[in-house]
Amino acid sequence: MRATTDLDGLGLDDGGQLLVDRALAALPPGGRLTVTGSHPALRVHLAAWCREHGHRLAADTETSAAGGNAGPVEIVKGTADEQRWRNAKRAGAAEGPPDKRADPRWGLAARGALVEAGGLPIGAEWTEREHVWADIAPRLYAAAAAGAWDPATAVNWTATLNVPNEIERAVVQLMTYLVENEQAALIIPARLLGQLHPHFREVMQLLATQAADEARHVEVFTRRGLLSGGPLGTSSAGGRASLQTLLAEPDFTTASFLLSVLGEGTFLDLLRFIHEHAPDKVTADVARLAVRDEARHVAFGVAHTAHLVATDKSYLGVLRQSVERRHSALLDTAGLNTEVFDSLVLLAAGSWEPAAISRGWRAVRDLQASMDEGRRRRLAYIGFPADEAAELSALHTRNFM
Amino acid sequence: MSGLVLGAVAYDPKVVTIWDGFRAWLRGPGGLDFDYVLYSNYERQVEDLVAGRVDVAWNSPLAWVRARRLAAARGVTLTPVTMRDTDRDLRSVVAVRADSPVRSLADLRGRTVGTGAVDSPQATLLPLSLLRTAGLHPAGPDGDGDVAVRRFDIGVGLHGDHIGGERDAARALFGADPVDAACVIDSNLLLFGREGVLPSGSVRVLAQTPPYDHCTMTAGPSADDTLTKRFGELLLGMDYGDQDLRPLLDLEGLKQWLPPRLEGYAQLERAVDEAGFYDAEGTIRASDYRP
Repeated sequence: MRATTDLDGLGLDDGGQLLVDRALAALPPGGRLTVTGSHPALRVHLAAWCREHGHRLAADTETSAAGGNAGPVEIVKGTADEQRWRNAKRAGAAEGPPDKRADPRWGLAARGALVEAGGLPIGAEWTEREHVWADIAPRLYAAAAAGAWDPATAVNWTATLNVPNEIERAVVQLMTYLVENEQAALIIPARLLGQLHPHFREVMQLLATQAADEARHVEVFTRRGLLSGGPLGTSSAGGRASLQTLLAEPDFTTASFLLSVLGEGTFLDLLRFIHEHAPDKVTADVARLAVRDEARHVAFGVAHTAHLVATDKSYLGVLRQSVERRHSALLDTAGLNTEVFDSLVLLAAGSWEPAAISRGWRAVRDLQASMDEGRRRRLAYIGFPADEAAELSALHTRNFM
Repeated sequence: MSGLVLGAVAYDPKVVTIWDGFRAWLRGPGGLDFDYVLYSNYERQVEDLVAGRVDVAWNSPLAWVRARRLAAARGVTLTPVTMRDTDRDLRSVVAVRADSPVRSLADLRGRTVGTGAVDSPQATLLPLSLLRTAGLHPAGPDGDGDVAVRRFDIGVGLHGDHIGGERDAARALFGADPVDAACVIDSNLLLFGREGVLPSGSVRVLAQTPPYDHCTMTAGPSADDTLTKRFGELLLGMDYGDQDLRPLLDLEGLKQWLPPRLEGYAQLERAVDEAGFYDAEGTIRASDYRP
């Protein structure tokens, strides 16, 4: 098979090899390509380039080298390119759902890319689709990307506060607590990301937006906490211990289950409560913005856990154990920071009047009841029988997250 | 020691990666009792090959020329084993600035030529021999001659494997005190063009050498014939389609090993004699060569 290509005045030191490569690609090994052109070093360039790329100059071309350096030059195509791609395989299909099992040898290749054989396999721990996937992941990622808000403009930071001093201290304490929790909620998806095979692109993207969401939450809660110029509130040992058990969770699904289904699920009620009883617009806004994001995190956690349980019923046992394990690890801790609990009461009360405190107390009791109800509903959706759902919900940490 | 021990020159850190990789493959799938040692320069490697202290040597073309002479003088037999596909039919060129008044090699009389290191076959010995074919007499260490030679001695002892000297010679075409011509191998003419050292269109190829061959794998007197034969077969059988070998072959700069041939070194033998680099017995005679 023969072909020709004309480089005009282009040299191989100026991109000419792209034209040569393009013409050679259409030929089988052994095929001949005649290169014409007027670059004065064309023949010298082609000889060196062909040698380096496993092609050769045709014998008659070689011997005529003394007669000037411009073309035409005849190239015989070598086999290196075919050899390089001989064992190449596609990393699944670009469209549609990811493969059931992501090959570690695909590494960081885009889903659907043609992957040259060789190189180090990626050290990802999660390579099985069912262990990380939910069909809703692509839609949730799209919603997250579309719904990202700018902390600088989404909140009117210059609005007048006008909050009584003691109520303001309660708000500051709650913000201090929220920052601590959101930091845990940022680290967990970030840690899962590092062990996820990138073939599950939409889950990777979703976890990345989740971490980015939490970064914004950390920012706005910190900023609200410092808005009145005072110091931040307290961080209890028990609260931190409770969060740290989440960081240590080694499995993708149990980490997602404990964090998103139970923890962030509970936080939806908490943030709505803060929004409802906020003494000022800034507090109301930061809680409203955060709850929108958290709802997506909960949706993925619930959908993924349900997806895995649907393929493997026995996984309910693993989930149950993870709740029990966390519960026993936290038996000796105080759980929720008392100052956080008291701040919630005061926030809902709005003043230290006994009647107001009584109202606030009832409101927090109702909050805990609706948190419990929400957890039971999600556990039932995942596949737990009602009684077991109630039992597991009761074992959830007193620290809410 | 049993098995086959190869000597290679560590002209670049990648040499360790290459020979560690080949060693693992030759010993593993290849089943050959193989090991390697590294040298800082080709002269010691060649002396050790001929003295039987290593069994095979991965020789530069100049190392082959010296090994052949040393072996002949001592009545010792050398066996060429293999060479890379990229070792065949290389050319060196003499390049001038595109706007240079120099139109032929003869025009270089009374002018200055930039070359690579003293022991570079491709950027010094062979192109200077080309000048002699045009009736010119490149100046030696004593400065006597009708073409001045400005040498860029980088990586002396590496027989031009280190291309720094060659690159500096190319740069010197456009320096403050420019040379009139620079000697480089064809592949580096292309490389320096792409790097921007010699921007496209900035130079003209004045002349080029006939084709010559480059490196060659050489077995010495201590090598066991059966092992040498097996070693050659294994190298020749290396498949560029093998995903484990391909990165090593890419690093070593070849797509396949080929059977050896010796015709391609005649030009360099002549150049070595003309320059008085080695004598017929392989003794180093170049007074300004300190590997």
